[in-house]
Amino acid sequence: MSERPVVQVSDLRKTYGSTVAVESASFEVLEGEIFGLIGPNGASKTTIMECVEGIRRPDRGLISVLGLDPHKDIYKLQHRIGVQLQEAQLQKRIKVWEAVDLWSSLYPHTVDGEALLEQLGLTAKRGSWFMTLSGGQKQRLFIALALINDPEVVFLDELTTGLDPQARRAIWALVTSIRERGKTVLLTTHLMEEAERLCDRVAIIEHGRVIEIDTPQALVSKHCPERGVVFSCDLRDAGAGLRRIEGIEAVTEEGTSYRLEGRGEDFVSHVMRFLSDNEIQVRDFRTVMPTLEDVFLKLTGHGIRD
Amino acid sequence: MLRSLLKLTWVEIKIFVREPMGVLGTVGIPVLIFLALGKTLGGAPEDASELPTFLGPQLPVFAAVFIAVGSVLSLVAIISIYREGGILKRLRATPLRPQIILSAHVLVKLLFTTVTIALLLLAGRRFFPVAPEASLFSLGLALLFTTVSILAIGFVIASVVPTARFAQPIGSAILYPMLALSGVLVSAEGLPAGWRVVANLLPLTHAVSLLQGIWTGAGWGDHLIEVAALILNFVICIALSAKIFRWE
Ligand SMILES: Nc1ncnc2c1ncn2[C@@H]1O[C@H](COP(=O)(O)OP(=O)(O)OP(=O)(O)O)[C@@H](O)[C@H]1O
Ligand SMILES: [Mg+2]
Repeated sequence: MSERPVVQVSDLRKTYGSTVAVESASFEVLEGEIFGLIGPNGASKTTIMECVEGIRRPDRGLISVLGLDPHKDIYKLQHRIGVQLQEAQLQKRIKVWEAVDLWSSLYPHTVDGEALLEQLGLTAKRGSWFMTLSGGQKQRLFIALALINDPEVVFLDELTTGLDPQARRAIWALVTSIRERGKTVLLTTHLMEEAERLCDRVAIIEHGRVIEIDTPQALVSKHCPERGVVFSCDLRDAGAGLRRIEGIEAVTEEGTSYRLEGRGEDFVSHVMRFLSDNEIQVRDFRTVMPTLEDVFLKLTGHGIRD
Repeated sequence: MLRSLLKLTWVEIKIFVREPMGVLGTVGIPVLIFLALGKTLGGAPEDASELPTFLGPQLPVFAAVFIAVGSVLSLVAIISIYREGGILKRLRATPLRPQIILSAHVLVKLLFTTVTIALLLLAGRRFFPVAPEASLFSLGLALLFTTVSILAIGFVIASVVPTARFAQPIGSAILYPMLALSGVLVSAEGLPAGWRVVANLLPLTHAVSLLQGIWTGAGWGDHLIEVAALILNFVICIALSAKIFRWE
């Protein structure tokens, strides 16, 4: 990853009639990184993404992609970016290979379409009509179309929605390989596991504002320093001793199983040292670490919003 | 650019023929109706004098204009389906420009209109002999020219019609009055003076007048006004549709 910003967004604002979708958004995506926009439904991830792709016109703010203005230089830009939209359709009766072939004819420089179909597991479906594909197959076709022109920046809006675990993993590998070839990826997702695995950095979007930007690990240690340890042992009533462990905040006993909650990077080591110092035999031992999902829920609230 | 246009046109042709009902409706039905009408009404000009002219010797011109109007309506319908279904939005994120997309559909319509009209002329030759002075080449050119200029009206309507449900009524509301005033149903002399002025401002009137002229053996030189009017209509429509085109 270099320090060169490939996408720059500053003070973006977008309204639909009287609805303010994006209040103010600013962020930068660096060359060669996978950058994720995460946020609850209606937070405006798609709107921000489509403004950056040049599909929507912002009311205010500056956007630059590969040094180009997505509005003025849209045709120049479209040759260098790949786009997968959250909701898209093709002609009902277009065949898979025809779509790939058509897309190939639109760009001067393309990758091998058949190889792409193979990579996305669509070879068996290459002669099928679009309308007969399953949701996940359509999604994979759209990913293929987004990659056909070997783009420098790829935009993926909800890339694995509707995909089964195998396909999801295959797509993750594909996205990682895009980064390995020095390309940049801007994606949105609702799966925090996906964001944690794929993204170098994420921006958390809430009500049309960017409320945090950082690496997933940094966000977790900043917002969720809690650590948990669960174990079971034959010892009864060990609670009093356990409560003396450094950093501990709560102990829950259920028969022979204990759940300890504390905070700080060292909390788990303190627990282990206590157990070994007191020669306590544990039958199982597991740590409960906060994830990006916990950060997400903490920062954006738990309820479903409009 | 040209490569994209040809590729898209070819794909759209294949997609079109994959829907048998569509092909039957566009090509089969008009030919059948025409033949049925021709059999009962045509070939006997002396009896036909009691019929409105459009069912008599002018039937081929009427049929041609009617088919062209039908193509416009289906152009509008298909673009609105693409718009509503988000297909246009997906195409927007590619280097395809709206004019290319519309042109590809126009080429498809043109192809099937040509096929239909050629079939009509072939099948109807017995009932409606072309005036001996008219050259087939000239007639073909006139048909192509008028169809393209009528389809240009479709460009404008197709650029903005929001949903497929509105496509048919809006298209019909614009085109059928044009058709009614065009002189193919009622001759221009039969219209009140005020309406005649309106009719003269409508492109379809000029298309009909040109076709009738060429059909009855007149030369292009006698129809320069119509030709100019249709070219003007084409230029205005294309410029307008580029301005107002909506992707979603
Ligand atoms: N075309 C539109 N017209 C009017 N309002 C819109 C339009 N598109 C989106 N909105 C509104 O803008 C807000 C943001 O929508 P957007 O689709 O950007 O959210 P999102 O974060 O992508 O949501 P999701 O996670 O559900 O995909 C929502 O309140 C939505 O209702
Ligand atoms: Mg979205």
